[in-house]
Amino acid sequence: MSTNATYRSMSANEVAWAIASAALAVFSLFVASKATDPGYAFHAYVFALAGIAGVIALGKRAAANVPAVAAQEINGKPNYNMGPVKFATLASLFWGVAGFLVGLIIALQLAYPALNFDLPWINFGRLRPLHTSAVIFAFGGNVLLATSLYVVQRTSRARLAGDVSPWFVVLGYNLFIVIAGTGYLLGITQSKEYAEPEWYADLWLTIVWVAYLFVFLATLWKRKEPHIYVANWFYLAFILTIAVLHLGNNAAVPVSIFSPKSYIVWSGVQDAMFQWWYGHNAVGFFLTAGFLGIMYYFIPKRVDRPVYSYRLSIIHFWALIFLYIWAGPHHLHYTALPDWAQTLGMTFSVMLWMPSWGGMINGLMTLSGAWDKLRTDPVLRMMVVSVAFYGMSTFEGPMMSIKAVNSLSHYTDWTIGHVHSGALGWVGFVSFGAIYCLVPWLWNKKGLYSDRLVNWHFWIATLGIVVYISAMWVAGIMQGLMWRAYTALGFLEYSFIETVEAMHPFYVIRALGGAMFVVGSLIMAYNIVMTIRSGEAAEPLDAAKPALVPAE
Amino acid sequence: MAETYALLAAIAQQLGVIFFMTVFAVVVAYALWPKNRDKFDAAAQMPLRED
Repeated sequence: MSTNATYRSMSANEVAWAIASAALAVFSLFVASKATDPGYAFHAYVFALAGIAGVIALGKRAAANVPAVAAQEINGKPNYNMGPVKFATLASLFWGVAGFLVGLIIALQLAYPALNFDLPWINFGRLRPLHTSAVIFAFGGNVLLATSLYVVQRTSRARLAGDVSPWFVVLGYNLFIVIAGTGYLLGITQSKEYAEPEWYADLWLTIVWVAYLFVFLATLWKRKEPHIYVANWFYLAFILTIAVLHLGNNAAVPVSIFSPKSYIVWSGVQDAMFQWWYGHNAVGFFLTAGFLGIMYYFIPKRVDRPVYSYRLSIIHFWALIFLYIWAGPHHLHYTALPDWAQTLGMTFSVMLWMPSWGGMINGLMTLSGAWDKLRTDPVLRMMVVSVAFYGMSTFEGPMMSIKAVNSLSHYTDWTIGHVHSGALGWVGFVSFGAIYCLVPWLWNKKGLYSDRLVNWHFWIATLGIVVYISAMWVAGIMQGLMWRAYTALGFLEYSFIETVEAMHPFYVIRALGGAMFVVGSLIMAYNIVMTIRSGEAAEPLDAAKPALVPAE
Repeated sequence: MAETYALLAAIAQQLGVIFFMTVFAVVVAYALWPKNRDKFDAAAQMPLRED
């Protein structure tokens, strides 16, 4: 065919990626043919399909004459690579709505157990990890991918390193999400909280994560700025620590490459310690450090003022990462873990008050002299309220880690309430704020489709969170008090089922709060889709932008 | 075995504390050093002066 002549041939880099994709497909088909478990065979076919899709995508890239190596600069300005950022932004929107919805379903299942329908695939035990992974790793993870790959480019004034690898990172990460999520529904789990995916999914994530680290580091390496902006420090700590945590807590030996089942190498209380070292640092480095990166870039950007104190941000960073890594044992109070380790976990948790509040003050005070913007800009309001929730939940967390408080709160719904004030209030709102900022920037729009809808989202979701966490406070403290109530004769006053019954009304209220949060996210999804489809295009470049006056 | 544990524990508990406190003190000094003020003020402006 003569038309073939206009196609460029694949570069050596693309050929290498295509060979790797094809090898993945062939190997996966081999595994699928001998798999001992239908769910595992299904996953092998998904991997095979992904490998084939990778080969096709690389071929199409060449056929469409996408430059094999993109220009680093165009007209003296960095040629930013925003394709993967756009993909991760939309993926976060999709997974966010899906994850919140599954959360609502399991909240309703707790209130009305009949909603389990006696079906294994949708019972609480399988949907719960689906919810937690969907909101933390699918929604939060894609938000972090999108914002980190955006911020590192803008603050380095350099194009993302690599041509195929950034796409491999975002697509590979979402493939991991699909494997993990479908695995839970099919009953494939290693039963470690927040680390449920089995060994093969973990191996895949390791490859993707190392690629992510290299893309991020290599972009920093070729930066045009002398200094690495503080947001990138937080992102880098997040990427690096998650890699270490993931490897440590998933040191498992598979039964066979044809079986999804594996056994962890740690045993007994060491395994528990590893699990909560991982679990709490998933909070500290995934849900905190990563999202503080968002705070340090998006809030100054949105208020058009530098961060309140850059020096405080440096101290904040080092204090936070020095302390967080030790806090895990507070998840194992009054267990077989040695007492000194429990006390150590508690002490470091209490010390975390200082960097947490230092960071919160730094974020909030960035608005000093510009507080009026809170009245007019609902996106900024969302981010500021998220920082307030951050302050609130990082006050509550250390308090709950104190042994005496923990003896009441542990294993109760107070913990669930605490997690959600952090997750919905801090992580959720700062992510929504970042998405509302990012979409007009990425799709080159003047602004959002509707600020009024952002306002609606803000108020419905805020009220939903308040309803949710109040219900859980009452339910949890009541539950804890009922568990420890004794009669005059020294018998336990309540049977377990009586505590469950007493919590029913609060479970209904909690589901209502969750439903409000879901409605808010649907409003956001509509607003974002309309912004991309019909928003007014921004002026070409920012020629008319007034010169910035440094804030004194 | 017990001696190995005692040795490692002593290193972790004593040298560990000294090491981490020293590193942190250096970080604080670096952040607050008067000479670094201009550098940090410029760094704080980075997100705002993008092209």
